[in-house]
Amino acid sequence: MAAEIGPPANRSGRAEIDDIEVDAFVQAMARRHGYDFSGYAPSSLKRRVLQLVQTLDVAHVGELTARVLRDDAMVPQVIAKLSVPVSEMFRNPAVFRKLRDEVFPVLASYPHINIWQAGCAHGQEVYSLAILLKEAGLYERCQIYATDFSDEALVRAQEGIFPIRDARLYSENYRAAGGRHTLSDYYHARYDFMKLDARLKERVTFANHNLVCDGVFCEAQLILCRNVLIYFSDALQDRVLGLFRDSLGRGGFLCLGNRESIRFAPSARGFVPLDAELRLYRNNAGAAA
Amino acid sequence: MNAVASPLLAVVVGCSAGGLAALQLLLGGLRRPLQVPMVVVCHSGSEDMRLFCELLATRSGLPVREAEERQLPEPGQVYVAPSGYHLLVERDGRFALSVDPRVAFSRPSIDVLFESAAETWRGRLLAVLLTGANSDGARGCQRVRELGGRVVVEDPRTAQVPTMPAAALELAGADHCLPLADIPSLLETLCP
Repeated sequence: MAAEIGPPANRSGRAEIDDIEVDAFVQAMARRHGYDFSGYAPSSLKRRVLQLVQTLDVAHVGELTARVLRDDAMVPQVIAKLSVPVSEMFRNPAVFRKLRDEVFPVLASYPHINIWQAGCAHGQEVYSLAILLKEAGLYERCQIYATDFSDEALVRAQEGIFPIRDARLYSENYRAAGGRHTLSDYYHARYDFMKLDARLKERVTFANHNLVCDGVFCEAQLILCRNVLIYFSDALQDRVLGLFRDSLGRGGFLCLGNRESIRFAPSARGFVPLDAELRLYRNNAGAAA
Repeated sequence: MNAVASPLLAVVVGCSAGGLAALQLLLGGLRRPLQVPMVVVCHSGSEDMRLFCELLATRSGLPVREAEERQLPEPGQVYVAPSGYHLLVERDGRFALSVDPRVAFSRPSIDVLFESAAETWRGRLLAVLLTGANSDGARGCQRVRELGGRVVVEDPRTAQVPTMPAAALELAGADHCLPLADIPSLLETLCP
């Protein structure tokens, strides 16, 4: 029994151990599985990793690392738990109303419209967008790419099934966003769930794309990436904004989360606010005077 | 008072039901801005905290504004967490936001702010927990004390809603427990 030798490990000592173990976990995920979280903002990442320790009922982050190094089957679940940002349909309705009123009329001038929803999570915003595009008569001309780096999230997004308890909030949001019908026209309720009309995803391609390491894959007229970059360090945020700039044609639109700040990112210089309050920007890079 | 304690780097404040009135008294009771940033989470149910900030600024004469992502808080300023986001302090002392699930039924959560602030500012943090009807903030206070920071809890007997300060006292204890009216002068003493 050597446990009593030396000062007892205090709580601040454990905090330091957690930090070291989270670093080791990040290394393990990158080197063993190719998922690089080193560019993530540390405090939220640490909270999520500690949350994962609780969910998976392992003793500490060190044990999580040991398991994830040896058990490939765990990886999708780990990625899903580290990625899932919560969203809702028509979150911040004013943003969707603005898209409908000011962005859609510009998109309407294109014979073919590419839209990229980056970090689509469980798809609530993709379906929201699809509904408004249908109501604007633009949907058939659209190709929507809904991407995420979590395969589990993509499966969920493709299913388009959400808890029915959220239906009321979603309906209120839909009306506030300027929806023309009632939201229930677009889903079937069964037991405790609402399943969105499969026709809403006819023009949606769900695909795995990791903003940390993957590149440009289309020329888009509109990119939505809401509350994803808040989890990234300045350098990674800047990289991704550069990726968006390169993916957007001149005059293309970028929509971020309501409280995101891009003022520290050199790559954001080409983005001109269409509505700074709603974090809606237009790509001016390379535009003729 | 510990004579060798390093000067404080920040004050974090949490409150819930009755929070606006309590903050008005707290800020209004300060005779001058503190020499450190003050960061506030208040569950208000409001979609937009800017009116809340204006009310506080008008009543206290202090500069109060919504905390901005990636911003480095400045001494003398009061920052309020935006609605719908957790507010965190990164290791470099700058603000970060998250939309992770609610903690203690709240987003923003006092626990999330206090815990992340504790990890950054350690023994140079002062946390203040005021009135409220839930137990958010208790774990945060515990973390602040574990990492060497100091905790002030409003006396539940005089708090507008005692649940929150009582929950914190039960879980974390406190370095000071006193009526709201006495907290401003304590802050001035601790942040000379």
